[in-house]
Amino acid sequence: MMEMAGTKSRLTWAVNLSVGFLVLLWIIPTFGLLVSSFRDRDAISTSGWWTAMSASEQNIIVRADAPDNATPDGAGWVLSGSVFESGSGDVTAFGITSREPEAFAPGEIATHAKGHQISVEANGDYRITYSEQPSGSRGQRLFVRAESPPSFTLDNYREVLFAEGMGKALLNTLTVTIPATIIPILVAAFAAYALAWMEMPGRALLIAGIVGLLVVPLQVAFIPLLKLHNNIGIGKGYIGIWLAHTGFGLPLAVFLLRNYMAGLPGEIIESARVDGASDFAIFRKIILPLSFPALASFAIFQFLWVWNDLLVAKVFLGTGEDQVVMTGRIVDLLGSRGGDWEILAASAFVSIAVPIAVFFSLQRYLVRGLLAGSVKGG
Amino acid sequence: MDQLLFAVSTIVVGVFGCVAYFYFSNILLDRLLPASGPNAGANINKANAIRPWLFVLPALLVLGLYLVYPVFSTFFLSMRDTRGAFIGADNYTWLAGDEKFRESLGNNLLWLVIVPAASTFFGLVAAGLTDRIKWGSIAQSLVFMPMAISFVGASVIWKFIYDYRGENQGEQIGLLNAIVEVFGGSAQTWITVPFWNNLFLMIILIWIQTGFAMVILSAALKGISEETIEAAYLDGATPMQIFFKIKIPQIWGTIAVVWTTITVTVLKVFDIVFAMTNGQWGTQVLANLMYDWMFRGSPDFGRGSAIVMVIMLLVTPVMIWNISNAHKENR
Repeated sequence: MMEMAGTKSRLTWAVNLSVGFLVLLWIIPTFGLLVSSFRDRDAISTSGWWTAMSASEQNIIVRADAPDNATPDGAGWVLSGSVFESGSGDVTAFGITSREPEAFAPGEIATHAKGHQISVEANGDYRITYSEQPSGSRGQRLFVRAESPPSFTLDNYREVLFAEGMGKALLNTLTVTIPATIIPILVAAFAAYALAWMEMPGRALLIAGIVGLLVVPLQVAFIPLLKLHNNIGIGKGYIGIWLAHTGFGLPLAVFLLRNYMAGLPGEIIESARVDGASDFAIFRKIILPLSFPALASFAIFQFLWVWNDLLVAKVFLGTGEDQVVMTGRIVDLLGSRGGDWEILAASAFVSIAVPIAVFFSLQRYLVRGLLAGSVKGG
Repeated sequence: MDQLLFAVSTIVVGVFGCVAYFYFSNILLDRLLPASGPNAGANINKANAIRPWLFVLPALLVLGLYLVYPVFSTFFLSMRDTRGAFIGADNYTWLAGDEKFRESLGNNLLWLVIVPAASTFFGLVAAGLTDRIKWGSIAQSLVFMPMAISFVGASVIWKFIYDYRGENQGEQIGLLNAIVEVFGGSAQTWITVPFWNNLFLMIILIWIQTGFAMVILSAALKGISEETIEAAYLDGATPMQIFFKIKIPQIWGTIAVVWTTITVTVLKVFDIVFAMTNGQWGTQVLANLMYDWMFRGSPDFGRGSAIVMVIMLLVTPVMIWNISNAHKENR
């Protein structure tokens, strides 16, 4: 199919373009969130993330310092300061009434109806001069049109990790994920070996049963097991959720691992048996090392699934600080602070970062596992 | 700090507990039925009959407790009211008449038709295209990447895309509305538009699942024998014809597997609706409705269970198909 001489070049172009378009379509959503998570609050809520690289125009309304604080200067009294509370920008116009917010150019002197004179420099410094000592605690309102250079910040991440409890939630997620990944692998590996290589009555029936369990909706388990956990005293907690994730992950684990192990060459196992090795030794010294690719692929699946899970954690874990996982935390944020995009974006990225890192570094095994499970015989 | 200690120690206990079970149960079996001495032969036979069960027992226990027992338990619960009294099929008749349930079932059916179809279609197109270019594997990784993102993370990502700013709230910061405005349309609050909002939620899952479909279908396409393609090419078939008339028919089996896998995912999906709309504006689905009845306000486990049984009923055909396939292969 590669050698479509003649039509090749034009077609290749079309194919390359379409794939490029497709890839763009697929990564833009995530990319947008990534960019947003580095922008400050005002920038996110006033302009689209795609403008993040260009200077953004903003209309700001600030109050100058209170007249009470004016200091004597030569013949008059002066107030000075900056219209930018934090950061910097280029003032392109300013005004002193809401009717004409862009009446003056930077550096020009505007005279207020009450007699004082106001100027705003391009760098944002304002200066108000009065001829007599002014009084009052409400400062002059200044309308400023400014261009601020693109700015990126790590503040969102700092706030999310240390102030919003996401750091704690990250720890909780790890506490759920690590055992819930290791335990099912161990349990499934032994079972898969027995189902693949040991003589036992009812083996075919067990395998068929496990294949059937692959599709059971895990929702069926919630009410009965919540009751059970409460009755035996586990309640809502880590042990319960580990067991639950083990149960929900096992069918796929046993299925994948058994398929893989059944494909290993039987001669090795037979000759080890003849040499007097016990099944336990065969499993440990031959099967486990040989099954590494399958074990790795299931480990990645289970890790991603447990890390990304929301539902099981909502049901089997409590709602206290010390048990809420990251997904749960983000859903809470979505509900209570849906407009706080800087917090949401950074939180979501903290929770996405780990699985994406795992995904890109171990993708090979993940794909191999998918294929072993889904397209047998191609 | 306490929690870290607790976590580490329980991890150690849990994992080593597992290892210890397998290790010591095997040693115990060897001690009780030694493979030497007067009854060596009989002992070996007995041990060989028992050992497989030592290996599968933990798995069977956990599976039985967490997946088999709940199916029956939930079924019996679905025939009880809030106080636990037996009420027969009342919960099911209530379901049949409930407005929200009908909406959920209807939406679920929409999800079931659209998401697997669209994901498989885009996956197939992506697989067909990426197979023919040099940077295909990079492109595949990028399209595949959303698989690693949680449904909740994906919801945040897409909520940002669907974001809406009212008329006096400045420029649109949601990508979709910004694009619509560039083309002269007017911005919408996408996730509250009746009926269509369902599609906007589905797009999220399609975005996630397309990569999965693509990877598997791409492997299947690579497995097609070169001869049939060369023969078609020599007969003057165009690339399109080769793709649709030669390649697709050869990977029907794989397409079916992909389709059913996504179907099962769709039926169980809860997070996206929960995070995006929580079932408001006509987007309710069964899994979320069930969660509502279980945990909101005054829980009604009976009605919740009845809804789960409906989901169970919907996956049963897939289950039967799976088992019969596995049975065929093992024969």
